[in-house]
Amino acid sequence: MSAFNAIGQNREVDQNEFTPEIEPQATWCPGCGDFGVLKALKGAAAELGLDPEEILLVTGIGCSGKLSSYFESYGFHSIHGRSLPLARGAKLANPKLTVIAAGGDGDGYGIGGNHFMHTARENHDMTYIVFNNEIFGLTKGQTSPTSPKGHKSKTQLEGSAKDPLRPLSMSLSAGASYVARTAAVNPNQAKEIIVEAIQHDGFSHVDFLTQCPTWNKDAKQYVPYVDIQQSEEYDFDITDRREAGEAMYETESALYEGKVLTGRYYKDENRKDYQTEKLDRGSMPEQPIAEQYFDEDHEWKRSHDLLDAHK
Amino acid sequence: MSGNELIWRIAGGSGDGIDSTSQNFTKALLRAGLHVFTHRHYPSRIRGGHTYVEVRARDQPVKSRGDGYNVLLSLGDSFARNPQEEAYYGDEETKPLTENLDELREGGIIIYDSGLLDEDDLSADFEERAEANDWHVYPVDLRAIAKEHGREVMRNTAGVGITAGILGLDLSYFEDLMRESMPDEIFEPNLAVLEDAHEQVAEMDHDHDIELPENEHENEQVLLSGSNAIAYGALDEGCRFIAGYPMTPWTEVFTLMNKHLPKFGGVAEQVEDEIAAAALAIGASHAGAKAMSGSSGGGFALMSEPLGLAEMTETPLVLIEAARAGLSTGMPTKPEQGDLEHVLYTSQGDSNRVVFAPANVEEAYTQTRKAFEIAYGYHIPAIVLYDQKLSGELRNVDAEFFDEEPNPDLGATLTEDEIAEAAHHASGKFQRFKHNVEDGVSPRSIPGQKGGRFLASGNEHTPEGHISEDPKNRVAQMNRRLQKMEAIRDDLDANSSHQTYYGDEDATYGIMTYGSQQGTVEEAVDRLRANGHDVKMLGVSDLMPYPETDVRSFLESVDECLVVEMNTTEQFRGLTQKELGEFGPKLSSLLKYNGNPFEPAEVVEGFEATIDDTEFERETARFQPAAGD
Ligand SMILES: Cc1ncc(C[n+]2csc(CCOP(=O)(O)OP(=O)(O)O)c2C)c(N)n1
Ligand code: SF4
Repeated sequence: MSAFNAIGQNREVDQNEFTPEIEPQATWCPGCGDFGVLKALKGAAAELGLDPEEILLVTGIGCSGKLSSYFESYGFHSIHGRSLPLARGAKLANPKLTVIAAGGDGDGYGIGGNHFMHTARENHDMTYIVFNNEIFGLTKGQTSPTSPKGHKSKTQLEGSAKDPLRPLSMSLSAGASYVARTAAVNPNQAKEIIVEAIQHDGFSHVDFLTQCPTWNKDAKQYVPYVDIQQSEEYDFDITDRREAGEAMYETESALYEGKVLTGRYYKDENRKDYQTEKLDRGSMPEQPIAEQYFDEDHEWKRSHDLLDAHK
Repeated sequence: MSGNELIWRIAGGSGDGIDSTSQNFTKALLRAGLHVFTHRHYPSRIRGGHTYVEVRARDQPVKSRGDGYNVLLSLGDSFARNPQEEAYYGDEETKPLTENLDELREGGIIIYDSGLLDEDDLSADFEERAEANDWHVYPVDLRAIAKEHGREVMRNTAGVGITAGILGLDLSYFEDLMRESMPDEIFEPNLAVLEDAHEQVAEMDHDHDIELPENEHENEQVLLSGSNAIAYGALDEGCRFIAGYPMTPWTEVFTLMNKHLPKFGGVAEQVEDEIAAAALAIGASHAGAKAMSGSSGGGFALMSEPLGLAEMTETPLVLIEAARAGLSTGMPTKPEQGDLEHVLYTSQGDSNRVVFAPANVEEAYTQTRKAFEIAYGYHIPAIVLYDQKLSGELRNVDAEFFDEEPNPDLGATLTEDEIAEAAHHASGKFQRFKHNVEDGVSPRSIPGQKGGRFLASGNEHTPEGHISEDPKNRVAQMNRRLQKMEAIRDDLDANSSHQTYYGDEDATYGIMTYGSQQGTVEEAVDRLRANGHDVKMLGVSDLMPYPETDVRSFLESVDECLVVEMNTTEQFRGLTQKELGEFGPKLSSLLKYNGNPFEPAEVVEGFEATIDDTEFERETARFQPAAGD
């Protein structure tokens, strides 16, 4: 018998299994885009037949970080910007877990930017959802890395002099093997993309456009969006880095001109995930570390075997 | 002085192979039956720059470096020369010889490479000093011997051959060691160099009074550094995950774990920074691995945020802090005990953690194991604080000492069957952070287990893990977390107090120290007692929870106590006064912070100055009188 029986059941799961007793209304404002992420995630997890107990959802700090409170699974509500390194450690300790990390644009692209870059580079097999509302929500409306140039806030009184960050292009160049953008206003696409992201073997980055009606009243997310896969205007090969890069560039520019483009941008199925790379090099055990402690037959080496070198 | 002993110093440029040569020399002495101890001194530079290693050998266990040394092998700094033109740069080349002379004892031996260093290059007073101190000087063209059999880099081997010849140490030890560590094509020419050098000794006149001590080991010995011992302690305690970022001297533990973990079924990760390193370890621990991370002062500063997270989420975590001289980047390759308060108190809120400070190689092993046991048993971070001194020094220990069973127990963790039956599961929800349990420890589940799901949050949370600002819940959770510290104190008191008493139980005077300075103080106590002083020592190795009972009874039993530590602000003395709330007027401090650890003689002098109320004259160390003096 395995020590982790919640993993790999593949049974029929009802969305409601992912609903804890606690209500999101507790902290999220009415009309907040974060509800859209929660809904999409529940739908995706149910569609995949995942047991709530085989998922580890790691979040950062921000309104977005509360996702782990409102989604029933094993959760870790960590610290600002650090969800990814936490998730990486957990995945390496038990690769059988379905690991999902989530946080805001400030959390993931600002304070956690370094971790974002390196997690994409290493191509860990996990899904990373960034609630991109172009604002710091929880700290009451400061300019975020994705706020448009000229954005005025209490910390940018004369308007931001900075160009917004390009998260899709960033993760592509850093090495993410699945990159997509979706929006809370497009629930069906959002669910499908999260399903794909979880299924994908490698680092999946989903930039999830959410609205913050409380602090970001003029957010683009209200305007009609275009699904690039549905539109004939945008025809590119999502397995081609260069074409994907161009499509991202256009998308990221268009957003600030009032045009919201969403969809799949890049998918590399040939690139091995990090754990497989390590396995191939002999620097990762076949048996997950976490299982070893529950396995009575596991042979525990000891340092005494190494002492010859010290005589 | 201290009986029959050899203290051999090999000096040269960093990158000249000083480290590996001295390690082999130490092993040869160990195989010859002696007790050994090494002291490393090196600059923060990859190539060139003055570096030396001292190897002290005696017929009884060695706990510390000595005062000065009696044999110098000066290799010259080959990196001070331009390899193409073989031009010498200034006096860099003479430094390995001249810079080491102050500490060479009377009657000592000097071997230097006359192939690199002309007699004319030596300053005029060298000869005078040699005569005045009765030094026995042997210029040998080590370079020529090495070149004759291939390459100049074998100067080291030539130097070892000469030293062995002069001291009458059997060449076969070196031959064996070289054979074990070198491929044939390198071994053969090195052996030729070794033998050639040895033959030259036969033709030399040498008269000196230094004799190699004699001893035979009863049990098999191994030669280990503090960093070796920490890595081995972690492996034996079932640690199978490490994440880190290089920083001297923590790098030594980190690279050792990188080397061994894959073979042991574990994972080692070098990551983007220290915040990530500690966060990865927390993630791995949460997911059911015994995990560690660590750093040195600057990197540990970055870890204060994840450290607090581990405390709040009650995720077991072991961190290693290998201190070096601060502030900021300080002196990267020099030891200091200036990070104590940083390690004890860093992080926001009423944080609680466990801190151990091993005194020597054996304690580095046992306390690392204890750190895991406590961290996983009580769901609290445990930190092993040591320093650059203990990190790099080699010492012989009975191999038997490490003949221990591994411990793969995850501590207070439930199996799925236990979760199903757990009382705190009765509510239908797994109460990961339940309030009222005896020692504050609420057993955990691991992601992937049936029935155990919960949220770990760095925000204050309810027993189920939901974020909560309810005042009653807050107080209950705070109290429960704090309650663990008391339970740990009792546990340590009852099972594994690491404090060391040394000297005469009834002595009127005390010396107190912690961590890596303990061996030096023990040697100082021996000398003080031989000088007729009525003195004993307490070496403290458990820092938090502070061993109140042990320290209080020690301090009550003495009239005055000197606290010896390597920093300027009396951090350990301050901790003692804070924790015990008294004894201020009894405690004075002997402080050293010039980048070098204490020598026994400094402690002896410092102590004598304290009790005789005389001037304390060392320019390297400072005396801070008792409060209220
Ligand atoms: C180290 C640290 N710095 C700052 C904060 C304060 N803080 C909390 S949330 C937040 C910004 C959140 O913005 P974002 O990630 O965009 O998430 P949102 O609230 O918009 O969902 C900040 C700066 C913190 N908790 N920790
Ligand atoms: S502040 Fe903005 S992001 Fe936060 S809950 Fe309210 S609407 Fe959502």
